[in-house]
Amino acid sequence: MEVGGQGVVKKFMYVNRKAPHGTIYALESLEVVLIGAAFEQDVSLAFIDDGVYQLVKGQDTQALGVKNFSPTFRALEDYDVNKLYATREAMEARGLTADDFLVPVQVVSEGELAEIMETQDVILSF
Amino acid sequence: MKLGILVNEGPYTHQASDTAYQFVKAALAKGHDIFRVFFYHDGVNNGTRLTVPPQDDRNIVKRWSELAAQHNLDLVVCIAAAQRRGLLDANEAKRHGKNADNIAPGFRISGLGQLIETGIQADRLVVFGD
Repeated sequence: MEVGGQGVVKKFMYVNRKAPHGTIYALESLEVVLIGAAFEQDVSLAFIDDGVYQLVKGQDTQALGVKNFSPTFRALEDYDVNKLYATREAMEARGLTADDFLVPVQVVSEGELAEIMETQDVILSF
Repeated sequence: MKLGILVNEGPYTHQASDTAYQFVKAALAKGHDIFRVFFYHDGVNNGTRLTVPPQDDRNIVKRWSELAAQHNLDLVVCIAAAQRRGLLDANEAKRHGKNADNIAPGFRISGLGQLIETGIQADRLVVFGD
């Protein structure tokens, strides 16, 4: 794969807004994150709205007949992707706590996430 | 300004591709550079030459092809997303033993690295999607 922009490190944030299995956005977002890891950028992931469901542990997609890609989130740290944020508002609205997630996340308010977004160079929303 | 564009939705169902097209046209008219237009998710369907829209409607695919020819745009379709959805160029068709290809003129198939590169190289990456 052609790697462009050697030496440049930008802050990339992937914003995940959708539930994991009703559409392909979550799966294909994760594919971008994994490919993007090879570019050694400053990467973070944000989970807002129904996107927080992507992180729920114990997902079983057998009855749906679709791939359960959620274990891949556990591999992110091997790619040096450690900055994961979930918004408190989205979690509370859905009755979720950090204990429900399969990876450690930093729980932030929507206001705090907005401030983090302000500092980004590239925001990809899925 | 050097702009990168990401189109995440297919033609006709969503407005995203239309809006992206109008945005690119307006940006070019203002003298901005378009580093690349990257098509992802169902956005890859903007790159099939087999669409036959009614004559009284806009031809979204042809419009992208023509804009690319006029302004030497780099229209890139994600290979993984394209394979899932049946969009192939001649090389990919051969590689996968398919008897046809359907990529429209001015589009090329490449990897997701091209999207990341767009984020790195462009001053702004503008996302059009749902």
